[in-house]
Amino acid sequence: MSAATTTAAANGKKKADFSIGRLLLEGRAFFALIAIIVVFSLLSPNYLTVSNLLIMSSHVAIYGILAIGMLLVILNGGIDLSVGSILALAGVSAGAMMQGLQIEAMGVILYPPVWAVVVLTCVLGALVGAVNGVLISVFKVPAFVATLGVMYVARGVALLMTNGLTYNNLSGRPELGNTGFDWLGFNRIAGVPISVIVLAVLAIIGGLMLSRSSFGRWLYASGGNERAAELSGVPTRRVKITVYTLSGMLSAVAGLVLASQLTSAGPTAGVTYELTAIAAVVIGGAALTGGRGTMRGTMLGAFVIGFLSDGLVIIGVSSYWQTVFTGAVIVLAVLLNSLQYGRGGRKG
Amino acid sequence: MSAPVNIAGEMPEGDPDAREVVLAARNVAKSYGQVHALKGVNFDIHRGQVTTLFGENGAGKSTLMKILSGVIQPTSGEIILDGQPVAFNNSTEAREQGISIIHQELSLAPNLSVRDNIFMGREIKGPTGVNFAEEERQTRKLMAELEEDIDPLTPVEELRLGQQQIVEIARALSVDSRILIMDEPTSALSASEVEVLFKVIRDLTAKGVSIVYISHHLEEALTITDHAVVLRDGNMTAYAPRAEIDLEWIVRNMVGENYDLGSPPDTALGQSALSIRDLTVPDPAGGFNLVDGLSLDIRAGEIVCIYGLMGAGRTELLETCAGKLRASSGEIVLEGKEVSHLSIAERIARGLALVPEDRQRDGLVQTMSVGENLSLASIASFTKGLFTQRRAERQLVDNSIREVTVKTSGPGAAIGSLSGGNQQKVVIGKMLATKPRVIMLDEPSRGIDIGAKAEVFRLLSEEARQGLAVIYSTSEVSECLSIAHRIIVMHKGRISAEFDSTVTKEKIMAASGESVAA
Repeated sequence: MSAATTTAAANGKKKADFSIGRLLLEGRAFFALIAIIVVFSLLSPNYLTVSNLLIMSSHVAIYGILAIGMLLVILNGGIDLSVGSILALAGVSAGAMMQGLQIEAMGVILYPPVWAVVVLTCVLGALVGAVNGVLISVFKVPAFVATLGVMYVARGVALLMTNGLTYNNLSGRPELGNTGFDWLGFNRIAGVPISVIVLAVLAIIGGLMLSRSSFGRWLYASGGNERAAELSGVPTRRVKITVYTLSGMLSAVAGLVLASQLTSAGPTAGVTYELTAIAAVVIGGAALTGGRGTMRGTMLGAFVIGFLSDGLVIIGVSSYWQTVFTGAVIVLAVLLNSLQYGRGGRKG
Repeated sequence: MSAPVNIAGEMPEGDPDAREVVLAARNVAKSYGQVHALKGVNFDIHRGQVTTLFGENGAGKSTLMKILSGVIQPTSGEIILDGQPVAFNNSTEAREQGISIIHQELSLAPNLSVRDNIFMGREIKGPTGVNFAEEERQTRKLMAELEEDIDPLTPVEELRLGQQQIVEIARALSVDSRILIMDEPTSALSASEVEVLFKVIRDLTAKGVSIVYISHHLEEALTITDHAVVLRDGNMTAYAPRAEIDLEWIVRNMVGENYDLGSPPDTALGQSALSIRDLTVPDPAGGFNLVDGLSLDIRAGEIVCIYGLMGAGRTELLETCAGKLRASSGEIVLEGKEVSHLSIAERIARGLALVPEDRQRDGLVQTMSVGENLSLASIASFTKGLFTQRRAERQLVDNSIREVTVKTSGPGAAIGSLSGGNQQKVVIGKMLATKPRVIMLDEPSRGIDIGAKAEVFRLLSEEARQGLAVIYSTSEVSECLSIAHRIIVMHKGRISAEFDSTVTKEKIMAASGESVAA
């Protein structure tokens, strides 16, 4: 979390007038997270324990992985409504592969090992994402509509694959050599759940990509002003297809983690997760118009949402109230975003 | 804070004569925190006359106009309307008093038709909702008045920039105002369109309407104005009626130095840098070709100016060379190699760079800093393996800032904090950082002040001396006769004339198809 205090360095400006208000505004996601932890620790003695923090973090991992992909898409000035459905499709596909792939022409059933299941599922997610990207960049379908359509199609395919049922047995069989699917969701390294480590690794790779790679610069530029980026030699179409592909692939990763955590893969998993991911990105300070936002902010946003809703569960608040609180936080975040960008944006 | 200023001419003081002066500013000042945009300006608008405000970018012209039209409120000072002090809280209150403004930046809704834009916010009500027929009739009348053949139902986004400006003007005319403020109304208009606008202005003043006019186009403004006010650094430096002033007087008061855009650098020209052969670009909407079988050769170290009216095909020619538009036939040969099939990025890598006409729309990424904008087109040069090298980037950005002399608080500053001229230098610096062999600039002086314009031209001539081939387009004749070795006049997609640097303004204008103003 110490990285969050260097938010200003990333922006590189306005260091001179570093007032308290400015600090609170720019680090708002960080301070919100601190406030949430402090409030719930006071309300419940069980909140601020290592084991609870780790459990909550493993919940955050799902939203967090989705939010990484969503951040890339939103930086590009788009939106991806299909991530929740891709998550379900990926989970169901992985489940189907764990049950064995029947190839009727040859009369054999293939039982791919877990690593192959993981790779194939990620490829599937990337392909669905690429469909989004091609629809949007080549056929000029508005991102909202294209991903809305894919959201329905992916969900429908997931339901068709299982006839609406859920795969409950993902453990595989030792004699087939495909055990170990639960590793993602249950195992720990040095006490830290694998899912949290996956999130951290993806966030670090994503953060480096955004801040240090030429692709990251292309992404910020084409999200800020696509025409200017194109005339400066940025391959804007390739950037667009890539972000949707990555978003699809990350959704598949999230689907695998969720299926592993639940030890079941259902076609109705991840409904409305796309909205949670968008909320995390927005709370993290990204602008829906594109070009502004950071990986650090998005991760903070995901933790704010996750820690808030888990905290409300722990202190026994009704789940209806949780919905109300989450909504209020989102609106507040967007309000503060427009405060931050509305001031310095035009004239400086 | 304010240095003693010598006011040339007579400065208006005390109570304005209410019969003569319709609107007056007395000691008007405006501060944004530590920044003093206006430092106590006195200024009269005479009834039924044209008052022109001269000044460089950042001199406070737009601030003053926004105060007079109620968009912003002054920190101190008084606005006197018809002899009575008034305070406008917003632009609607000013409009109710008959003051309207044509903004520098177009404020049209591109998706709506010309008619809907003109009547936006004050639709004519009929028995069944909006009376579209009446609106359309009035729009047609306005367009006829402005001698522009625009159908009222055309969506604004389908119009040329110049035509959009006409619509903006028509909108201001459709409100019967007593005082009309025009902030750079002609920046995208052709000479013949400017003529029509001036005729309309004369009609208005004859009817008793007072005009406040702002333009960077000094000669043009001098032909229409009755009074001149010059601002510099938020102070009024000069005030005089038309009879007492000339171009040199204005420039002297504006910048305090002689107005000189330079002369062609006397270097030996090198090999052919860019060669365009029979290039044809069709109009996507049908009709005449935008560029029609045009051929042109530019040698290394040469500066070529392309002059032409709006719609002559200058922008299309340059954008096709850069790879943004596709030609239907013809060749574009860069240093002996055909580049027509390459993407924009590949052409930039080969050394063909374009500085686009509209820097807000096509040149800058507003969400990025000055440094990130400068390095945007040459990211590959400071990327090693997977990552960008911060130090190499910093060096590139620092070099660019020095080379094109951008006035900024640092590479991390927001791009919006720069003045128009400095923003333009950032766009030029960005393309120069790609180390081009040929640089094409589409109207590089649009909307920037004289000082910045002179600096841009000096920079280009310096680059040409080092072997860069420079092509720039312009719609101001005075800019043709500066650093260019050769002047190409375009008319309807073809080259209508070609001159060397000794040509006269009249010849250039005659070749462009516009009538030479007497």
